[in-house]
Amino acid sequence: MVNNEPNNQSTNEVILDAGGLFKSYPIGATRLEVLKGVDFAVKAGEFVAVVGASGSGKSTLLHILGGLDRPDKGRVRFRGVDLASLSGRKLNYFRNKTVGFVFQFYHLLDELNVLENIVLPVMAGIGVLGWLSCRRQAKKQGNELLESLGLAHRSRHKPFQLSGGERQRVAIARALINQPSLILADEPTGNLDSATGSGILDGLERLNSSGQTIVMVSHDEQVAARAGRIVRLADGRLV
Amino acid sequence: MYKLILPFRYLVKKRITLLAVLAVALCVFVVIVVMTVLSGLTSGIKDKYHSFIGDCVVGSKSLVGFVYYEEFLDRLESAEFVQAASPVIKSPVLVNVKMSADRMYTNRMGQLMGIDPIRHSRVTGFGKWLKHHRQNVSKVFTSPDEPNLPGCVSVHAALGWLADANADDTVPKITFDITSLPLTGKGALARAGMGLINTRSFYVTDIAPVGLWRFDRDTIYVSFEEAQALCGMNLGPKRINVIHIKFKPDVDLQIGRDKVTELWDDFVKTTANREYGDLLTQVKVKSWKSYQSDVISALDTERMMMLFIFSLIGFIAVFIVFVVVYMIVSHKSKDIGILKSIGASSVNVAAVFLGFGFLVGVFGAGIGALGGWQFLVHINSIETWLFEHFKFRLWDQSVYPIGSIPNQIEAKLFSGIIVFGITACLIGALVPSIQAARRRPIETLQVSQL
Repeated sequence: MVNNEPNNQSTNEVILDAGGLFKSYPIGATRLEVLKGVDFAVKAGEFVAVVGASGSGKSTLLHILGGLDRPDKGRVRFRGVDLASLSGRKLNYFRNKTVGFVFQFYHLLDELNVLENIVLPVMAGIGVLGWLSCRRQAKKQGNELLESLGLAHRSRHKPFQLSGGERQRVAIARALINQPSLILADEPTGNLDSATGSGILDGLERLNSSGQTIVMVSHDEQVAARAGRIVRLADGRLV
Repeated sequence: MYKLILPFRYLVKKRITLLAVLAVALCVFVVIVVMTVLSGLTSGIKDKYHSFIGDCVVGSKSLVGFVYYEEFLDRLESAEFVQAASPVIKSPVLVNVKMSADRMYTNRMGQLMGIDPIRHSRVTGFGKWLKHHRQNVSKVFTSPDEPNLPGCVSVHAALGWLADANADDTVPKITFDITSLPLTGKGALARAGMGLINTRSFYVTDIAPVGLWRFDRDTIYVSFEEAQALCGMNLGPKRINVIHIKFKPDVDLQIGRDKVTELWDDFVKTTANREYGDLLTQVKVKSWKSYQSDVISALDTERMMMLFIFSLIGFIAVFIVFVVVYMIVSHKSKDIGILKSIGASSVNVAAVFLGFGFLVGVFGAGIGALGGWQFLVHINSIETWLFEHFKFRLWDQSVYPIGSIPNQIEAKLFSGIIVFGITACLIGALVPSIQAARRRPIETLQVSQL
């Protein structure tokens, strides 16, 4: 089982280690080779940006690192545990407790209000009875996150009532609610104007400075420049 | 917890779910109303047959009948499981309806039943059917108007032979001349060479409608002794055609019938070698259900057919829910990806959509059941209103033996239909839910899918 340990400041400990990743997709009768042997490692507390042109395989890499997809070949280890060796249940646990996803299009559930969206990963990690016993704590934590992101007054609003920047901050709060070891952000500013995007990046920087490990993919060099380390993905390989 | 919240929110927010809820409600409404009315009709008819026959009969289809019945009646009445028994003479007869001494109105075939009114009332509903002698059954075959004639009891339908007969419960002042063809114990004509028939006049003293056309159309009750004499069954060892039996209340029908069969077989062993003993071998013991098996099995078949037809309605509900849940799954593919990205298992994703189907079932079945219940409660007043305003009657009371449309809701049937409705919704939601569970998160979260 992958442990959900407290976040550390940047250390030399490699928490995420991917090697020889290959991934292709069928396009008609042929296959599109997206990743052609990617080797990638992230140390605890790092803020890494993966940059590359549109369609270069950045999102695919992120999905594989977060256990949302499986590589055709190669391995992904989190704290030494190969994700391919995890059962479906343990992989769900990994996605629930160890990583937090932030997507370009926020991906909030329209039927839930802001606070419900934020505590959704807590609900997903426990049963109904567990939720009934810890719901106050989870909501308190969700409200604290909302306050830290300047959205305390929006907790009862539905996603459609929020601006793009506010939605992305809610998505970040959702990613953080279970205090994951790793945040995986897929073009977190890709759908925002530059000022709003900059505010989101400020938030990510603040999180990283408090010890949160972040892997962000972006096609925008300026956005990537806000990260501590930049790696480039081109022609299916990191260069 | 999201497995409870999300299905409910999908149900409330998506207008298309209203279609599914209404479809299920309509199906449940129709099934509850039709099955309750049909069930009431069939059980009403069965009750009437049961009431007419008693629990069990020992009888022969032969017009000759069987002998030594008094000895067997003694055995029956001393058995601990028998409450009462009634010997009956049954024979087809010719009935001439006479309005006055010189005015013969019409003649028809009838079914004569010779009974002891007291004994027969203990076994069947005869006493309850009488319109004027309910409190005085023993006097049913006597009339102060015609003290010189024996009385007979007819039924509405038989009176219907008279074009100008009253439709109410008034007994018309008429006489039936009943003619029978008496037979000897050997099956020969009893009065060969002396005029082959027996004719006797009876004054109609009461009416006793059973509520079943099969019996009401031609049955005429006369006293046991008169019938026995009319049919020649008092010649030689006295004979009857049937013994009707009522079991004690706690006796199971089949067990009671088996015990009567045992008693009868035992009786035949000791009696068959006596004069006319061969008549006993033609006698059968039957429960009231098997005695009228042609009708009872037809009713049961009809009920099964209706259940089958309405299970087809269930398929429609399944299909509608399938389509709606499939559309919800298609519209909510992004939600599937989000849930999986935060660690929800495939089973839990399926549970969200199955929960949606379940809620459609609960609300649909609930609304349908409530509507059906209210409709059944008011069905007779609705029919009365329709008749008063549009002269439309759903059930022609001259055809259907019912005073009012049956609307007694059976808890078992009612709850069974609700469970059936909910189950149909779960079945309808099953395939789309499995499809949702199988979807890969990256397929649903890709920009091109949004």
